[in-house]
Amino acid sequence: MSLSPAELIRIAQLARIDLPSAEIEPTCAQLNHIFGFIEQLRAAPTDGIAPMSHAVELSQRLRDDVVTETNQREKFQAIAPDTEGGLYLVPKVME
Amino acid sequence: MKQMHTASLAELSAALHAKQFSAVELAQFFLSRTEKFDGDLNAFISTDADKTLAMARAADERIARGEAGALTGIPVAYKDLFCVDGWRATCGSRILENFVAPYDAHVVAQLNAAGMVTLGKLNMDEFAMGSSNENSYYGAVKNPWDLSRVPGGSSGGTAAVVAARLAPVALGTDTGGSIRQPAAFCGLTGLKPTYGRVSRYGMVAYASSLDQASPMAKSAEDCALLLTAMTGFDARDSTSLQRETEDFSARLNEPLKGLRIGLPREYFADGLDDDVRLAIESALTELRALGAITVEVTLPNAALSLPAYYVIAPAEASSNLSRFDGVRYGYRAPEYKDLNDMYAKTRAQGFGEEVKRRILMGTYVLSHGYYDAFYLKAQKIRRLIANDFRAAFEQCDVIVGPTTPTVAFPLGDKTDDPVQMYLADIYTISSNLAGLPAMSIPCGVGQHDMPVGLQIIGPWFSESKMLNVAHQYQQASDWHTRLPEMAR
Repeated sequence: MSLSPAELIRIAQLARIDLPSAEIEPTCAQLNHIFGFIEQLRAAPTDGIAPMSHAVELSQRLRDDVVTETNQREKFQAIAPDTEGGLYLVPKVME
Repeated sequence: MKQMHTASLAELSAALHAKQFSAVELAQFFLSRTEKFDGDLNAFISTDADKTLAMARAADERIARGEAGALTGIPVAYKDLFCVDGWRATCGSRILENFVAPYDAHVVAQLNAAGMVTLGKLNMDEFAMGSSNENSYYGAVKNPWDLSRVPGGSSGGTAAVVAARLAPVALGTDTGGSIRQPAAFCGLTGLKPTYGRVSRYGMVAYASSLDQASPMAKSAEDCALLLTAMTGFDARDSTSLQRETEDFSARLNEPLKGLRIGLPREYFADGLDDDVRLAIESALTELRALGAITVEVTLPNAALSLPAYYVIAPAEASSNLSRFDGVRYGYRAPEYKDLNDMYAKTRAQGFGEEVKRRILMGTYVLSHGYYDAFYLKAQKIRRLIANDFRAAFEQCDVIVGPTTPTVAFPLGDKTDDPVQMYLADIYTISSNLAGLPAMSIPCGVGQHDMPVGLQIIGPWFSESKMLNVAHQYQQASDWHTRLPEMAR
């Protein structure tokens, strides 16, 4: 498992984290150091073992299809960076 | 009774009911200690004396009406990832610097209902990612036992305030050891409950299949009292367990005669410092004197818990932290070209180094071509680790060992090498992966006179038994009553 600079750039794009070009090489080296440590997982035999995705085996609870929350839009939007007329504002997506 | 800062929760409650002092006086006492000592510790991110004293006045009125419970009027402080309505919840991050929570976390609502008084919000490693509390945008927290050393993390502020007696009790969280490792480093009693016991509603999520809110206290007795008030079903957390409520104080006084303690061979192997080993061994001698018997057990996949965790936790974090995009709350970068650039710059400027590293790791292990090799593989190993514990608990009632391989290390000692930092959690991570309850109690001192923590891991839902073991040990020892100089 070794991450190339090109792969790192792609991963950073997927993660929506701006990565200045000067940081690419040191970040790559540091992540590869950690991946070197994680690599030992691959040698462990796990044939026939079911993956465990959660700490306790649970099935999803169902609830009645009724309204349980009250509208608190103004309270919630008071902490937003930019709103107008009850809407969240972001840069224009389509020209 | 003892002084306010060394009294147990039960003693404080009795004094409040007997009108020896009021809840307002008690809150003022801790606020003034904080004013005096927190400049050195940097444990609080937010305090608000007006809000605190208003809650204390309400508690006094409740006591006067005869409607008070065991925790009414007792001050508490929260790690800064719990949402408390009207208080900032920064999560130790720049991205949430101005985030004022618009609602209460479930556990906060429970403690408010019990009449507890909020002292403030506590420093932490950013988004709970760290083992030294050096990854905070608000600066590192110092260990009250030695200001040149770390308090542990990620609940470093939580540990520092209880150790320095700036709060009688505090809340943290534990995803890979974040309550137990700081408890060990600061000489405290901290307990991570069985996964699902405490609702995660209103806690900022790091790794959702591992996170649990946890009490930090001066003793097992205090821990039990607080845990009883924290637990219970909450429909708003899809992983909250529907179980009968339990009084975790009920079994504290049972004798330990015949208790079978499992000692995992792997927790006493290379990598454990001699001073820690010595303190653990003398605690085991004490537990045997109380009637316990020890048996050797084995957790053959223990060494794989750390690499498995560093696949699973970053994977979950990369998904959980995608919500911080500068649109609905939190920081937004001042300059950007378009929407995508706004997201990327907001996150690059808003998150610290370790958080970005884990998001990138998580994105990578979940990406096409690596998912099976790493994420799925780690989940299979997670099951092997849980199976190891299941087998071990056929031979013993609880597992005991060190909480950490070393005592608290100096500030800056491990900041250059993430892998060295990750190794501080080598003994704590496996119980999170398995979902087991686990706690740390003080059991001696090691090098530089720093506290050593004894870890107790129990089967699922065995918190009462673990607290019983811890309490009986604390009845026969006085390590938990030792105080750092600023609290003497």
